[in-house]
Amino acid sequence: MPAFDLATTPIRDLNQALHAIGQGANDRSFEVRNPRGSHAVAVGCAAPVTVTVHGPVGYYCGGMNAAAEIVIHGSAGPGVGENMMSGRIIVEGDASQYAGATGRGGLLVIKGNASSRCGISMKGIDIVVGGNIGHMSAFMGQSGHLVVFGDAGEALGDSLYEAKLFVRGKVKSLGADCVEKEMRPEHLTTLDRLLSDAGMSGARPEEFRRYGSARRLYNFNIDNADAY
Amino acid sequence: MTYHNPPTPPRKSATFDDASLAEIRRAAATGIYDIRGGGTKRHVPHFDDLLFLGASMSRYPLEGYRERCDTSVTLGTRYAKKPIELKIPVTIAGMSFGALSGAAKEALGRGATLSGTSTTTGDGGMTDEERGHSELLVYQYLPSRYGMNPVDLRRADAIEIVIGQGAKPGGGGMLLGQKISDRVAEMRTLPKGIDQRSACRHPDWTGPDDLEIKILELREITDWEKPIYIKVGGARPYYDTALAVKAGADVVVIDGMQGGTAATQDVFIEHVGQPILACIRPAVQALQDLGLHRKVQLVVSGGIRSGADVAKALALGADAVSVGTAALVALGDNDPKWEADYAALGTTAGAYDDWHEGKDPAGITTQDPALASRLDPVAAGRRLANYLKVITLEAQTIARACGHNHLHNLEPEDLVALTIEAAAMAQVPLAGTSWIPGRTGI
Repeated sequence: MPAFDLATTPIRDLNQALHAIGQGANDRSFEVRNPRGSHAVAVGCAAPVTVTVHGPVGYYCGGMNAAAEIVIHGSAGPGVGENMMSGRIIVEGDASQYAGATGRGGLLVIKGNASSRCGISMKGIDIVVGGNIGHMSAFMGQSGHLVVFGDAGEALGDSLYEAKLFVRGKVKSLGADCVEKEMRPEHLTTLDRLLSDAGMSGARPEEFRRYGSARRLYNFNIDNADAY
Repeated sequence: MTYHNPPTPPRKSATFDDASLAEIRRAAATGIYDIRGGGTKRHVPHFDDLLFLGASMSRYPLEGYRERCDTSVTLGTRYAKKPIELKIPVTIAGMSFGALSGAAKEALGRGATLSGTSTTTGDGGMTDEERGHSELLVYQYLPSRYGMNPVDLRRADAIEIVIGQGAKPGGGGMLLGQKISDRVAEMRTLPKGIDQRSACRHPDWTGPDDLEIKILELREITDWEKPIYIKVGGARPYYDTALAVKAGADVVVIDGMQGGTAATQDVFIEHVGQPILACIRPAVQALQDLGLHRKVQLVVSGGIRSGADVAKALALGADAVSVGTAALVALGDNDPKWEADYAALGTTAGAYDDWHEGKDPAGITTQDPALASRLDPVAAGRRLANYLKVITLEAQTIARACGHNHLHNLEPEDLVALTIEAAAMAQVPLAGTSWIPGRTGI
């Protein structure tokens, strides 16, 4: 298993090694030690490898990930899994702002809490958060699912498009054009799958409430100006 | 005795002029602000207010058809492993598929490639048409991140992080529902027919310190190969340039208020931002203060029409310019041959700016297949190449007359200003004097 000690190895060496993996390569598991809050750890992965990071990472860990599974045994700085395309990122600790921002696919699991703007502008990613999320989460979320075991901060789902939000705890407030919606059987099925994929137990789909777009702001209407 | 008010000719108010009155009536009738495309239409100090001095007793001109005047420029020499080599210092500015038809994007790529220069994607991602027909393609990294993906990031030749644009510094965007076709909707991960809002701020960083880390991420994803540009609207050019450099840009792009947009509020276009003439010298000053002029390249845009504009921008210290509106006109935008169609839309050729409505008679700013078919991308690309060739030749003509064997050798000393405002903004002497407003002494 190739191992990179970021206390002595530049981040560029790690990312270049990950990018150089070809089809059929034998090395499929990578280990990263002493990240010490390094930025841009394991970004732009494009192969189905496993990257295990022992310690906290800085900004944008797993950015634009495609196919790889990245496990962070620590907390993650801002923008973990930003714009990820596919694959899976698991944060054993907490995540800072913008977790999963603009993500287009794959699964981001945050076992602790996520800060503000979790899932901002999400475009197809699935995000499961074991704890609470901060304000303005899922702002302008276009597609995908955000599942929150704990509470959500202010202005959840502001200016939401078609992303689906599931929260088990309290929602401090909903953002513009975000409303609570009926939890239908297909949503329970989706939620069950997401909980299973995330390996998160301890809650049943029926315990969550669903939030989505009221679609009142989809086409500009001057009479809705006070909503903006 | 009866008093008779003597007749006087009608006099309209300079403040409440016809345009202001019409806008008040329009606002009262509709209850919504005016949205349009393009850049500012008001008069602002511009390159027309500058003149070249040409050669004289103390300057030796070059022979027009015999002595070489180089036009090449390399962008991205600071950090990128693969800088962009351009044959001419005129690039095509970012314009989106969505705002423009696929054929128009193809035509821009064809014209730019014939001319040895680059074209640029827009808010909506990269299409195969433009990648396939653009030898050099700059991929915009925008707040919306519509269509953003690592595959396109890697097949781009450069990355342009868009902070703002000249028509609306500090503003986001809106692509109205009538232009959200199936293909546009799919690329942007949105339902068809809804208004697509583009955020005004990036979702995952907030200031230059964060941006520095964002640039690190983009460089790591692309193995440090691609030049990274930062594009800003003409707002605070000295500090914006300095901060862009601090954040790690290879290239700074500054877009003045004459630069066009696909759609935004008229009040935004006309009242926010600065003309490009006011932006170049402060940006150059910032680069010089940091010891990075010509090492971090400066690209300027907004109202570039002719080779004279190109030469003046370069003389003030830019490394290259970008054209957007002029490129669309070269393709066929606002062509009088469609006058009957423009009239049917309540406008006239040369004034049509409702690009967001998708009814463009020239078939450029539309997603309507019938209208889009009016544009032949091969012929339109040829027209664009012709235009780029002409303005390059014009700039060379001026540079030779000033005694320079490369467009980059043009300098402020070659220029004077016709107005005090232009002299102050361009920091060149008022014609006939040695006076540069804002500076003392000779």
